[in-house]
Amino acid sequence: MVVAPRQVAAASPESVSRSTTLATFLTLLCARPAAEVVDLGSVVGGNITFLGDRIGCKIHVEDLYADLDRHARQDGLDQVAAFLKSRFSHLDESIDAILCWDVFDYLDQAAAHVLAEESMRMLRPGGILLAFFGGGGSSDRCYTRYCIVDETHLRHKLHSAACSRRLVLQNRDILNLFGKLAVLDSILLKSGVRELLFQKPTN
Amino acid sequence: MWKHREEAPRSTSGSGSVPPPLQPAMFPGEFDRTQGELPPVKDAPVSVGKSIVIKGELSGDEDLTIEGRVEGTIELRNHVLTIGSNGHVEAKVVAKSIVVLGRVTGNLTATEKVDIREEGSVEGDIMAPRVAIADGAEFRGSVDMQRKAPAPSMDQGVGSLTLDAKVPLPTMTAGNGEVARV
Repeated sequence: MVVAPRQVAAASPESVSRSTTLATFLTLLCARPAAEVVDLGSVVGGNITFLGDRIGCKIHVEDLYADLDRHARQDGLDQVAAFLKSRFSHLDESIDAILCWDVFDYLDQAAAHVLAEESMRMLRPGGILLAFFGGGGSSDRCYTRYCIVDETHLRHKLHSAACSRRLVLQNRDILNLFGKLAVLDSILLKSGVRELLFQKPTN
Repeated sequence: MWKHREEAPRSTSGSGSVPPPLQPAMFPGEFDRTQGELPPVKDAPVSVGKSIVIKGELSGDEDLTIEGRVEGTIELRNHVLTIGSNGHVEAKVVAKSIVVLGRVTGNLTATEKVDIREEGSVEGDIMAPRVAIADGAEFRGSVDMQRKAPAPSMDQGVGSLTLDAKVPLPTMTAGNGEVARV
């Protein structure tokens, strides 16, 4: 079920928060040798350095926020679902981890469904996916750039965008969306954001 | 008396009016190096100018800045390649270090570092031990930093992945904490 976006207090331009799901995500990632990670967030050099140099992953940067901006300006956001069907060239079960950040908040239901299906297709058995939901249904046109400070902290930087958040999913909607994955951890923050860590079953 | 002028040795064969030999990596019309008064070529940074278009293989043994357009392959294994803000490269690139201020489409391999500056744009895969991507830079592709040391084991967790002691941990923001595992 989708509810109308709620108004929240404006976020500060830059803040740091603790994320226990990030810590679990990184711990599991460390256990996978030569892991390949897909980052659906904005291009953040610090994240690439952290994941590449300190964790030893190969990172695939797939900036969906840039794609959304382009669609908002050109083709219209209704085309995003169709676009996402052919967006990713990764083979089935070729990716160890996916960082979705809060990109689902910016999609409509059809696009969210396609992205979830594509994510589950790409993940290897045992692979993990980290996503944030309900990060404030603000009508402000801005994205959050999530920068990994260390293994338990994220810095949030707001930057302007061509579209605003569209979808606020309830818990059951999220679980339905990722029906093929198991929930490893689920945290509700005071801000209303849900941090969810999923894992693809090995069998 | 005449002031002694240091010049590169000239060939003694043929007549005495033989001009100095042309140096490598020159582009017609860009420099006139036939005059002895010019500084030695090795001191001058080599640049592919804005209006220059090169299609094919580009290789060399000195640092190079590209402000024009290059399509094909670029190989500067022991040197720095800079793609300037006007540069547009559609090529497979191999160099010691690569600095991107312009546009690149193609895979980048560096033995030391790839540095994409704020105004830079790269579409391709990067392989380098060090990669720096500035905020605002455009990038689409993969990054493989070829880390040699094995990743920490599950038992170690991420406890070993601590910040450099010189870097202060930012202050926590109140009101954004965890409230419940749901």
